[in-house]
Amino acid sequence: MVDAVFLALSVLTIGSAIVALEIRSLIYGSIALMITLSGIAGFFLLLDAPFVAMFQLSVYVGSVAVLILFTVMLVRRELIFNKIEDKRRRYAGIGLMLALMLGIGMIIIGSGMKSMETNSPSVDYKQIGQDFLTYYSPALIVMALVLAASVVGALTLARREDITNDQRVN
Amino acid sequence: MTNGLIDFVLVSVALLAIGIYGMAVKRNAIRMLFGVEMIINSANLNLVAFARFIPNSQGQTLALFSIAIAAAEVAVGLALVIVAYRMYKNIDIEDFRSLKG
Repeated sequence: MVDAVFLALSVLTIGSAIVALEIRSLIYGSIALMITLSGIAGFFLLLDAPFVAMFQLSVYVGSVAVLILFTVMLVRRELIFNKIEDKRRRYAGIGLMLALMLGIGMIIIGSGMKSMETNSPSVDYKQIGQDFLTYYSPALIVMALVLAASVVGALTLARREDITNDQRVN
Repeated sequence: MTNGLIDFVLVSVALLAIGIYGMAVKRNAIRMLFGVEMIINSANLNLVAFARFIPNSQGQTLALFSIAIAAAEVAVGLALVIVAYRMYKNIDIEDFRSLKG
């Protein structure tokens, strides 16, 4: 059985995910996305993974959501509130969403995962640090290089002055 | 622990379905990035949940890697959105059609 904290967290997470996609203003949408990401951090806390939860808070809520918010503010004002979408495609998308939820949900409920409970103590987060510095240290170095490369790439892309659009047809 | 594994997995499935809905329906480039974020977060939730119930620590390690890579992805994606906005003066993906031939 689930407890009240879990229920409240899941309602908050999924509700604000829907709000983030459906609300008219992109600014409120990115704030709702921030709430979704914080809800996921709450799930990590429930799963006894405080280190991952803090990482999620600092990386997602602290930097990614703020980055999205600033990008939204760079865009022209009427585009933020502009919501263009196909009615037919929207209904098809809702159908796809419900089919995925019901399909995968039924498969999971029917599987043997239902009886899976644990009483074992949670993993000590010192173990994660040991993993990072011993077995996964090459991967950590590669990840650092990937992060540096992506930041340099993003900066060069966003700061280019010579971007012109020659193929514009209109 | 009172919550079973299946509860977390079901929340993750719901978030995945909402993210796929956002990517399929929305034409706004930034809203599509929201969908990508939701899908990545549902994957992370799955990783940590299974790691808690096995239990081992490598799921959490992998989730940390995944979060870092997702941050890099968002940085590049938003830079692409800004470049496309400067070229087309719009963030509607139906207008980004110079690759259409």
